[in-house]
Amino acid sequence: MVQRLEYLKETTSQTAGPYVHIGLTPNRLGIPGIYPVDLGLSPISDGAMGERITITGRVIDGQGMILRDALMETWQADAAGLYPVNDPRGAADPHVIGWARIAADFDSGIWRLDTIKPGRVPAPDGRLMAPHISVWLVARGVNLGLQTRIYFDDEEAANAACPVLGRIEMRDRVATLLAKRTAPGAYSFDIRLQGPDETVFFDV
Amino acid sequence: MNAKTDHLGPLFPRDCDWHPAAYTPGYKTSMTRAPQRPLVSLGSTLSEETGPAFGPSMIGTMDNNLVLNFTGQPAIGERIIMHGRVLDENGRGVPNVLVEMWQANAGGRYRHKKDGYLAPLDPNFGGCGRTLTAQDGSYEFLTIRPGAYPWPNHVNSWRPMHIHWSVFGSGFGQRLITQNYFEGDPLIPLCPIVNTIGQQAAIDVLVAPLDMNRAMPMNCLAYKFDIVLRGRRQSFFENRKEGL
Ligand SMILES: [Fe+3]
Repeated sequence: MVQRLEYLKETTSQTAGPYVHIGLTPNRLGIPGIYPVDLGLSPISDGAMGERITITGRVIDGQGMILRDALMETWQADAAGLYPVNDPRGAADPHVIGWARIAADFDSGIWRLDTIKPGRVPAPDGRLMAPHISVWLVARGVNLGLQTRIYFDDEEAANAACPVLGRIEMRDRVATLLAKRTAPGAYSFDIRLQGPDETVFFDV
Repeated sequence: MNAKTDHLGPLFPRDCDWHPAAYTPGYKTSMTRAPQRPLVSLGSTLSEETGPAFGPSMIGTMDNNLVLNFTGQPAIGERIIMHGRVLDENGRGVPNVLVEMWQANAGGRYRHKKDGYLAPLDPNFGGCGRTLTAQDGSYEFLTIRPGAYPWPNHVNSWRPMHIHWSVFGSGFGQRLITQNYFEGDPLIPLCPIVNTIGQQAAIDVLVAPLDMNRAMPMNCLAYKFDIVLRGRRQSFFENRKEGL
C-alpha cells in the first residue's frame, strides 16, 4: 500500500448549449436590464499602443454550415508581448485589457474582433512564440470548449521560428492557424470544425 | 515577487478521458461540430497561464439574485440557494473567480427567441446571474429551481433540471463551461447530454446535493455545487528567491 494521492478532479465539462447568450451576452441577445453592459466588448481601450487590426471570420461545421450560435473568447498580449494580468515579466500597456468575448452575428454568423496586433511572447523554453491571439470557442454540440490560436500570415519569419507552430507534425495544417491579411490592418480567419481543412485545436 | 504572481505556474494536464469526448453520436449536434482529428498537445505556456481578471466594480449588487434581478418583482417557482466553492485540483479555494450562470424558468422555458416550448415565460424571470468568488472561493446565488424541458434529439428527449455555469480561473487555459444537475432527478441517467460523459464518477460531480444546513426556514431550500478548476504546479523554486 502507498499513501493516497489526494487531488480533486476538474469539474466535468458540459456543452454551453443553444442558450449560452442568455448567460454571457444578454444585452446583445435582447435581454436588457439585468447587466448595464455585456462583459468583454473590447480587448483594448483608447490609447493602446501597436498596430490596430480587425479580424473577421466564421465558424463552419462539417456540413459547411456557418454557426450562428458560436461564442468565442480571445486572450492576447500587448504590442510588446506582455500579458495584462499576472505576467511575471512586468506591467503591460494599461490600455490593453487582453480579453474579449465575441458572439457570431445571429443572422450571418460572421464574427469580428477589433484589437491591436500582439507582440511575441516567450515559450517556457525561452524561444519566442510568433504573435498570436488565443481563442476559446463554445457552442451547442461542443462538449468541451475548443482552444485554438490566431496567427498572422504576414509574420512569416516569426511563424517559422515559433515553437508552438513547430510542434504541428502535419505541416499543411499550420495554414489553418494563419489569419489571412486582406487589406492593411484587416485579416480574415475562419474556424473549420471538421473536414480536410479542420482547424488545429490544442490540448493546452 | 508580489502576491499576484503566486498563482503562476504550469497548469496540470487536462484529463481528456474524464471529460466528454468531442464526438458523441447520442448527442446528435456533436456529430457535425466535433473536431475529428486529435488535439495537438501543447502544454501550457504564458498564453494559457495568464488570463483576464475581474473586479467587484463590474458586478452589481443584485446580479446574483435571479429571483429579483429582472424586474424587481419576485419570480415564480421553488426558491433555492445555489452555493459552493470554486477550488482548484490542489483543493485550494480560488478567489475573485467570475462565475456566470443561466437557466430556464420554473416551467422549463428560456427567455430566448429560439425556445418555443409550451411552458410560459415568467415576466419576472430573466434567467442569468453572476458573482465573484470570495477569498475562500465561495459563491452564492438566490434563484428559482429550473424546470425540466423537452428538446429535439430523440423523439422524447428531456433535459433534467439544470443550471449552466461559466467559470474563469486565473489562467485562460482553465476556462470551463458546465452544467449542474439536482440530487434525485430521475431524468439525469436518461439525458443524452449527461451521457456524453463516459464514466459515472465524472457525472456524479455535476449532481448538486440538497443542503439543509444552508436552507433558510420558511424561505428557501439550498443545493451545494462545488466547481473544480485545473490545478497549477506550485513552483516554490521559481517564487522564493532566498532559497529554502
Ligand atoms: Fe439548458
